[in-house]
Amino acid sequence: MEPVLAILIGVLVAVAVWLMLSRNFVRLLLGFAMLGNAVNLSIFVAGRLTRAAPPLIADGAVAFEGAYANPLPQALVLTAIVIGFGLLAFALVLAWQAHVRLGTVLTDEMRIAEPLPEKKEPAS
Amino acid sequence: MPDGIVLACLVGLPFVAAIVAGLLPTRARDTASMLAGAVALVCLGLVWSAYGTVSGGGVLRAELPWMPQLGLSIVLRMDGFAWLFAGLITGIGALVVLYARYYMSAEDPVPRFFSFLLAFMGAMTGLVLSGHLVQLALFWELTSFLSFLLIGYWHHTAAARDGARMALTITATGGLSLFAGVLVLGHIVGSYDLDVVLAAGDTIRDHPLYIVALILIVLGALTKSAQFPFHFWLPHAMAAPTPVSAYLHSATLVKAGVFLLARLWPVMAGTDAWAWTVGLAGLITMLIGAYIAIFQNDLKGLLAYSTISHLGLITLLLGLKSELALIAAIFHTMNHAAFKCSLFMAAGIIDHETGTRDIRRLSGLNGPMPFTARLALVAAAAMAGVPLLNGFISKEMFFAEALSATAPVHPLLNVLPLAAMLASAFSVVYSLRFIHGVFFGSPPTDLPRTPHEPATWMRFPVEILVLTCIMVGVLPAATVGPYLDIAARAVLGDATPYYSLAVWHGVNLPLLMSVVAMAAGVTIYLILQRRLREGMDGPPLIRHLDAQRLFERAMVTLSWRLARTLERIAGTRRLQPQLRLILIAAIVAGAGAAFVRGVGPGNLVPAPIDPVLALLWVVGAACALGAAWQAKFHRLAATILLGGVGLVVCVTFVWFSAPDLALTQLTVEIVTTVLLLLGLRWLPKRMQSSSAREPEVLGRTRRLRDLAIATAAGGCMAMLAYVVMTRTPPELLAQHFLARAYLEGGGTNVVNVILVDFRGFDTLGEIFVVGVVALTTFALLRRFRPAADSVELPEQQRDQLEADEARHARDDGRHVADWLLVPFTLTRLLFPVMLVAAAFLLLRGHDLPGGGFSAGMVVAIAIILQYIVGGTEWTEDRLSLLRPPAWIGTGLLLAAGTGVAAWAFGLPFMTSYFSYADLPVLGKVPMASALIFDIGVFVLVVGATLLMLIALAHQSVRGRRSTPRTLPQAKASPRVADAVGGGG
Repeated sequence: MEPVLAILIGVLVAVAVWLMLSRNFVRLLLGFAMLGNAVNLSIFVAGRLTRAAPPLIADGAVAFEGAYANPLPQALVLTAIVIGFGLLAFALVLAWQAHVRLGTVLTDEMRIAEPLPEKKEPAS
Repeated sequence: MPDGIVLACLVGLPFVAAIVAGLLPTRARDTASMLAGAVALVCLGLVWSAYGTVSGGGVLRAELPWMPQLGLSIVLRMDGFAWLFAGLITGIGALVVLYARYYMSAEDPVPRFFSFLLAFMGAMTGLVLSGHLVQLALFWELTSFLSFLLIGYWHHTAAARDGARMALTITATGGLSLFAGVLVLGHIVGSYDLDVVLAAGDTIRDHPLYIVALILIVLGALTKSAQFPFHFWLPHAMAAPTPVSAYLHSATLVKAGVFLLARLWPVMAGTDAWAWTVGLAGLITMLIGAYIAIFQNDLKGLLAYSTISHLGLITLLLGLKSELALIAAIFHTMNHAAFKCSLFMAAGIIDHETGTRDIRRLSGLNGPMPFTARLALVAAAAMAGVPLLNGFISKEMFFAEALSATAPVHPLLNVLPLAAMLASAFSVVYSLRFIHGVFFGSPPTDLPRTPHEPATWMRFPVEILVLTCIMVGVLPAATVGPYLDIAARAVLGDATPYYSLAVWHGVNLPLLMSVVAMAAGVTIYLILQRRLREGMDGPPLIRHLDAQRLFERAMVTLSWRLARTLERIAGTRRLQPQLRLILIAAIVAGAGAAFVRGVGPGNLVPAPIDPVLALLWVVGAACALGAAWQAKFHRLAATILLGGVGLVVCVTFVWFSAPDLALTQLTVEIVTTVLLLLGLRWLPKRMQSSSAREPEVLGRTRRLRDLAIATAAGGCMAMLAYVVMTRTPPELLAQHFLARAYLEGGGTNVVNVILVDFRGFDTLGEIFVVGVVALTTFALLRRFRPAADSVELPEQQRDQLEADEARHARDDGRHVADWLLVPFTLTRLLFPVMLVAAAFLLLRGHDLPGGGFSAGMVVAIAIILQYIVGGTEWTEDRLSLLRPPAWIGTGLLLAAGTGVAAWAFGLPFMTSYFSYADLPVLGKVPMASALIFDIGVFVLVVGATLLMLIALAHQSVRGRRSTPRTLPQAKASPRVADAVGGGG
């Protein structure tokens, strides 16, 4: 089971990185969303895989008995999901602003603050 | 008075007074100077009060433990040597304050000046009274910093700024070196306490790290005392007001280096390494300084180089392996302070009364200012070492040492007597130049001001100092003898040799050397006089050996060229290369660590593969790959596939016992997809780079490289995940939460208890972030219209509008409404159901899967659904309560208020409380304060999500308004409900 899940995580990360290395901000956004999923999944599996034992205390009991899923990564990932969503929304709006103000979604062309040095025209 | 109070007052009083002076009004010249003078006199009195103890060989000591575990304490310690320096600092400080009162113009912000001066006095006193090495280094840096402020006091002039910066760069760098040095020294000894260090001489000298400590400490001392090759900052520091020069460059700042060398002399000197570093630096400095001083045209420049030369002399004495030389060094330090301070003050008076310091323009000032002329004459004579003045006696001691120190140290030092005579002759030359050039010759003409005697009180400090020079020169043993003895004994202890302070030792070799040097000096001056008068462009022979230019070149190279080069190599102005660098670094670091340490097989046996789940994951991977494939041309497909990935992750969460995560993931995935669909609509489909397209080959290479990086990153993460999953976890923090969730948090859903109770503060921070993000998104989109190239209506919408247009009786949008009638009715019916579901999730969250986040998302989805199917206007007409910013505010207040409420019960912030309440119908309901917190989270999540989505959705309303449509305007122009914070 574990190797397959590890491969899934690997594929997700690879796709996310591939998309984020694009020069188009739109693809970067998609990659960013994908990376969120990949990272959440890998944090989650760091708590080890436990089947059919959610960290819920049984009715009438006051504490756990036996093996239970690790609640800590779950709490972390829950936070991460929400924050990731906020970040994605923010990045999307930034991309939009950039498009409206700069007329481009290609990151290399967003050069108002740091213009590239002028290239010398060839002599011919 | 107890030692502690005396010492603490000595160091603390100037700092307190500095703050008070700094708070005085800008024009309060008299008040500030009175304050400064009073403080200096009180400190002098305190120093004097300690005379009884130190004269008997006692030591005043006060210790305040600070971090005793680290051996760090504040130790103030005054022995005879520190006492002498403290006396110099406070005594000359008082004179300088009096002088400055008359020197400083009423136009200057004088209180600031005195504030800096007092703080400097405090730092200097702290330096000499430090009984702890680290503390000494601290005060050392403080003096550098305050001297920067003092030298740059007239910061409106470029010279002051440059001089101050140069002084700071050199002395503060030296201070860092010193700091490192004392750390090494402390490491060698095992204690930073000065008393312990001074008792560990043999340990230090025999330690292998001795050389390191020596070099670092000597570097600090040499930079501070303006020794070659760091001497060049001192002449530039002459841009300071003259009282500053008189104080810093005669008695205090530059003497700190000498002080340190003498302080550590008993434990660090006596080796060849010490003799060569300290002695050689002193020798070169003495000669070069004296030589350059001759050719200075600026009075203060001449004095600055002469100071450098005299400091070199003292350093040279400290470098010799002789106790007598040390005594001579201490003695000369005092003498130099007296005559150089008075000379600086005289130069200041001349500058003040004539308006210039250029020796070539000045002459015959003996006429208009005879009294000042005589004072300066005596002081300059002391500097030249004329008999019956203090400079003569220490010079004779120096000659004697130069003669006796030759053979035992090194045969090369046979040149020492010659060098001593040469330096002495040079000092005669520049002293003569100072006096003869300024006060004699034809009466002054063409000066900026008509010269006259200064105010009586301005001359008074000079008179005191000159009187001291004469007294010490005539009756050394009776005047200065006891004090010098106290200082020498404090440093040398029982090893103090016999020495005689007398004017006349009979006709001996040193006296002969003096006479020769004197005669040589006068001769050289007579030869050079005419050329000097005409003005020479810098000193001959070494004109091009300009240390300052080297320094500036080094600074430019370091701070500009090197920085630029580094930026060119390591920096990039493009996002993707940066990202690539970060990824490569992470991959190399991670994989490298795994490679070096090796990764063994895990101890857990992987579970057997469940075909259903495996298939699900294969689908997930396929979705991801498909998204990457489609991202370039089919963003819609890519977005849908992305949603597929999210669903697979969601099912994985369910499968592995994380129902809360699955709920949140599911709802967030829905909202994310809506968000992307709304947002991508306004971003261009494909955009070519407007600049020239890169060649096909380059593009392919780039993408191949990216593919390699992506594959490597994915491989590493897969490996990492696998390795983690196949190992038994260490002692889990989770046990802590599992055991306490119910007993202390009152909830059976541990994940929720962690979020709203144990780690409630994190969650509070998180919801603030979400709220801020939503508000920022809203602010960015308010008053914003989509870009012109994306406002064109999509084909489908055009079709619909044309259909409406074709039938004249219909409003715009009627067509769509008709088509969507069934889903529209269904979603309206679904709306209350979803709200109930959300309430259910919220209320049971503490005990069963659910909670504020997922409940909030469900409500947001319910409302968004109405928007999607019913349209913006229809929805906002009916949901006038929908004011997301208010929801965000309410949510934050509720959540934070729950935390604050704990204060009302005298408990720490965010302490939770719980019990169960029996409600009718609903039954037993847990009433934890965490529930209120969770409601806050819920309200905020609803508000924030809606705000973001609605802000995006309203763009289509705006976009439509700004569309130059070919179709005639709609009959009823779309009424934009600006319910969203009024701007939408």
